[in-house]
Amino acid sequence: MREGQPFFRVDWIVDNLDVLARRLGEHVLVTVIAVVVGFVLSFALALLVRRFPRLYGPILGISGVLYAIPSIALFVLLIPITGLSLLTAEIALVSYTLVILVRNIVTGLRSIPPEVIEAAAGMGYTGGQRLWRVELPLALPIIVAGLRIATVTTIGLVTIATLIGRGGLGYLIVNIGINQRFPTATLVGVGLVVALSAVVDWGLLVGQRRLTPWYETRVG
Amino acid sequence: MDFLGEVLAWYAAPERWSGRDSLPALLGGHLALTIASLAVALAIALPVGLYIGHTGRAAQLVVAVSNIGRAVPSLGWLGIVYPITTGLFARSGHGFLPGLIALVALAIPPVVTNTYAGLREVDADLQEAGRGMGMTEMQLLRRVEVPAALPVILAGVRSAAVAVVATAPLMSIVGADTLGDYILAGLALGDQVEVFAAAVLVAALALLTELGLGALQRRSVSPGIAGAERGFGEPAEGAPAQPAWPG
Amino acid sequence: MSQPSPEGDAGHRGAVVALERVTKRYGPPGTPAAVDELTLTIPAGEICVLVGPSGCGKTTTMKMVNRLIEPTAGTITIDGEDVMRLPAVELRRRIGYVIQQVGLFPHLTVADNVGVVPRLLRWAPPRIHERTEELLDLVGLDPATYGPRYPAALSGGERQRVGVARALAADPPLMLMDEPFGAVDPIRRERLQNEFLRLQDKVGKTVIFVTHDVDEAIKMADRIAILQRGGILAQYDTPDAILAHPASEFVERFVGADRGLKRLSLGRVRDLALLEPVIVHAGESRADVRSRLDGVPIEYALLVDEREQPLGWIDQHDLEGSGPIDPGVASPGAPTVQPETTLRDALSAMLGSSVQLGVVVDERERVLGLISVEAISEALRAPVAETPA
Repeated sequence: MREGQPFFRVDWIVDNLDVLARRLGEHVLVTVIAVVVGFVLSFALALLVRRFPRLYGPILGISGVLYAIPSIALFVLLIPITGLSLLTAEIALVSYTLVILVRNIVTGLRSIPPEVIEAAAGMGYTGGQRLWRVELPLALPIIVAGLRIATVTTIGLVTIATLIGRGGLGYLIVNIGINQRFPTATLVGVGLVVALSAVVDWGLLVGQRRLTPWYETRVG
Repeated sequence: MDFLGEVLAWYAAPERWSGRDSLPALLGGHLALTIASLAVALAIALPVGLYIGHTGRAAQLVVAVSNIGRAVPSLGWLGIVYPITTGLFARSGHGFLPGLIALVALAIPPVVTNTYAGLREVDADLQEAGRGMGMTEMQLLRRVEVPAALPVILAGVRSAAVAVVATAPLMSIVGADTLGDYILAGLALGDQVEVFAAAVLVAALALLTELGLGALQRRSVSPGIAGAERGFGEPAEGAPAQPAWPG
Repeated sequence: MSQPSPEGDAGHRGAVVALERVTKRYGPPGTPAAVDELTLTIPAGEICVLVGPSGCGKTTTMKMVNRLIEPTAGTITIDGEDVMRLPAVELRRRIGYVIQQVGLFPHLTVADNVGVVPRLLRWAPPRIHERTEELLDLVGLDPATYGPRYPAALSGGERQRVGVARALAADPPLMLMDEPFGAVDPIRRERLQNEFLRLQDKVGKTVIFVTHDVDEAIKMADRIAILQRGGILAQYDTPDAILAHPASEFVERFVGADRGLKRLSLGRVRDLALLEPVIVHAGESRADVRSRLDGVPIEYALLVDEREQPLGWIDQHDLEGSGPIDPGVASPGAPTVQPETTLRDALSAMLGSSVQLGVVVDERERVLGLISVEAISEALRAPVAETPA
C-alpha cells in the first residue's frame, strides 16, 4: 500500500472530521435500528417456535433464503416497493439478522437442562416467570453470541447500502475512496468499520460476562 | 402488473443478447470471476486450514488473522486492493484483477476457520488409532480426519462460495464484467426496470449456488458421519453461531 | 416416628394427604390406566414411600399431587382441601419438590436458589435471607461458604442437599421427592438418607417419596405403598407389617426372598448399645495403649485425627515394642456408620472388613462408639416389637 507520494493524507482526515463523524453516526444508527428490530422480530419468532416447534424448519428455511440473497440484490428488489429509502435498507438488513438470531435464541432456549425446567415448573413458576427468570437468563450466553455475529455482519452490510445512498462509512470507502481514487478515504472507512466491529463485539462480550457470572464457573 | 411486464421485456430485448453488455457476456464474466476467485481461495485456504487443523500449530495466529479479515467488509477489500492494482498495473489493474483479489480475501476466512474447526473436532482417539495402525500423517489426514471433518469443511466452502457469488456484482464498481454492471448503470440512470431485472438474476444465481452446493454437500458426505444433515440457508459456520472473536 | 398433628395447616407440622380413587389414563376411556383408582391416606408428618417396578405409576401418582400431571378422575386433598381448587401454580408453591437430578438453577447462587419460592411468595428480603441461612445450616452447608457459590462448583452430594433446602424454604407442609438420592453413589446416598431422616425428626413434614429401591423404602418409610403395574395398590402398610405379612404373592416377590434379612433394615444402629472404643491419637506411646487395651474386651485401638474422625485400626501386633504409635500402620476399617444407618447396611459394611467392628460416627464424622457383628445378630434374633421410626 505504499505508493510514493502523500498516499495517506492525514490532513484530509483533519479537515473532514465532521464528515467522518456524520458518516460514522449514520452507520451506527442504521446498524442499531437493524439489529434492534431484527432482534425483536427474531425473539418473537423464537417464542413462536418454542410454542410450536414444527415451525422451526420453515422459519429457518425462509430466513435462510433471505440470507442467501446478495445484499445488493435485496436492496434493489425492494426499491419498487419501498423506494430508495432508509426503510429499504433496513428491511434488507433486518432480514439478514433473522437466520442467525432466531437460530441462536432457539438453540439457547433448548440448551437448558430439562431438570431445570422440571424443577421450575414443580416449584410453582408460572410459564411466563419461567421464561423470563429461568430460561432466558440461562440462554443468554448463546443469544449474545448470536447477537455479536449479527451485529458485526450488519456493520459490514451497511457499507453496501451506500449504493442506494444509505451507506454510512461505505460512502467513504466507495463514493470517495474508489470512485474518486482517494485511498485515504478508503483506509479510514475500512479502519472505522473494523474498529466499530471490534468495539461492539467486545462490548457485547463484556456485557454478557457481566450479566452471566455463573457461565464462567460451569464445567466443561 | 405493468412493472413486471417491463422487466420481462427487458430480458427479452435483443440488446440483451449480443455485444459486450449482453447477458451472456456479463453472466459469463460473473461466473468466471466467481470460479476463479474460489479456486484461488481454496488453493490457499484449504492447505493452510488442513495444516493448522491437523497439527494444531500456529492456529491462534491464523484464526485471529482470519477473524480480523472477516470483519473487513467486501467493499473494504475492494477499496484497499484497487489502488494497488491500478498503481502497479495501470490499465490491467482495473476490473477483473482487483475483483479477483478482493473476492479471494473474502473467501479465505470461512474456509480456513471451518477446516480448522472441523479437523479439531475430530476425535483425538481417531488420530491415535490411525497412528497406532501405522498410518503416515498424510494418510491419516486423507483417510481418517478429512472424511470425518468433511461436513464442516464443506460447510465452509459453501459459505465461501455463496459469499463470492453474492459479492461478485459489487466488483463492477471497479470495472469487472459482472451482472452488477446492470445494477450500477441502472442506479445511476434511475432505470428501475434494469436494476430490478438484474437483481433478480443475481439473487437467482446466489440461491442456485446455495441450494446446489447444499445438495452436493449432503450427497457427498458419508451417511455415517454426524452432521451430514444440514439445513438450507443457514450460515455455514455451524450452529449455534459463534462470534469471530473467542467469547 | 411420626407425630400426627390435628391442625396440619399450621405449616410446620405436616399435612394430611388423601387420595380418593385417583386415576390417570392417557388416551380415551378403555385404554389401560397408568394409575387406577388409587386410594390411600397419608397421615400428617409421615413419610410415605411409593415403590414398585417401573411402569407402576409411582412417579405419575406423585406428580398428580402437585398437578404437574392432571388426574383423569378421582380427588386428591391436602388437609381436606381439593388440589383442583387452587390454581396449579399456587398449589406448587406450597409443596416442596425434589427431583433426582435436583435441577438447581445454574444462573443463581446457592443462596438465591434456596430463596426461589419465598421470592415467588414475595417474602420480605430480610426474612428470605434469614430463612436461607437457617436452611443451609440445617442441611449441613455453611451459609457463608456455600451461599455465594454457583451450583456448578458443588459436588453431587452438596447439590442434593441444596435441593432439599430449596424445597423446604417456604416451609411447606408437604414434600414430594422423586428418587432424590438416586444420582449419587451408595455411600453418599446412605449419608443423605440419614441426614434426611434427622431433618425429618426436626421438621416433621408429610413426605411422599418415590423410589424403585425396596431397601430405601424400608429404611425411609413410616408407611410404604407398593404399586403394581397400572398403578394398582398392592399393599399399603408399615414396613414391618409388609415384611412380616406380605399381602400377596406380588408383594412377596417384589420385596424379595431375603425378607428376613430385610427386617434388619428395620433396626437402626442407634437401637444398639454402643461399645466404648479405645481411642488413640498419633504420637501416643505404645506402652500406654497396650495397658489401656488390657482391661477391655476389644482387641483393636481406634486411631483418630485431630477432629476425632477415625483413620484406622491399630492391632496388638503394631503395638509391640516401645515408642510412639506409627500412624502409617493403621489398617483402614470398613465404611463408618451413623445412628440412623439400618442394621442391614451396617452389617453389610462391616462384613467387608477384617475387623469385625463398626465405627459409629455423628453427622460430622466424629466417633461416637463401636458396634459388633454379634450385637447385630442378637438384634436379629429378638422379635421386632414395635415399628421403629
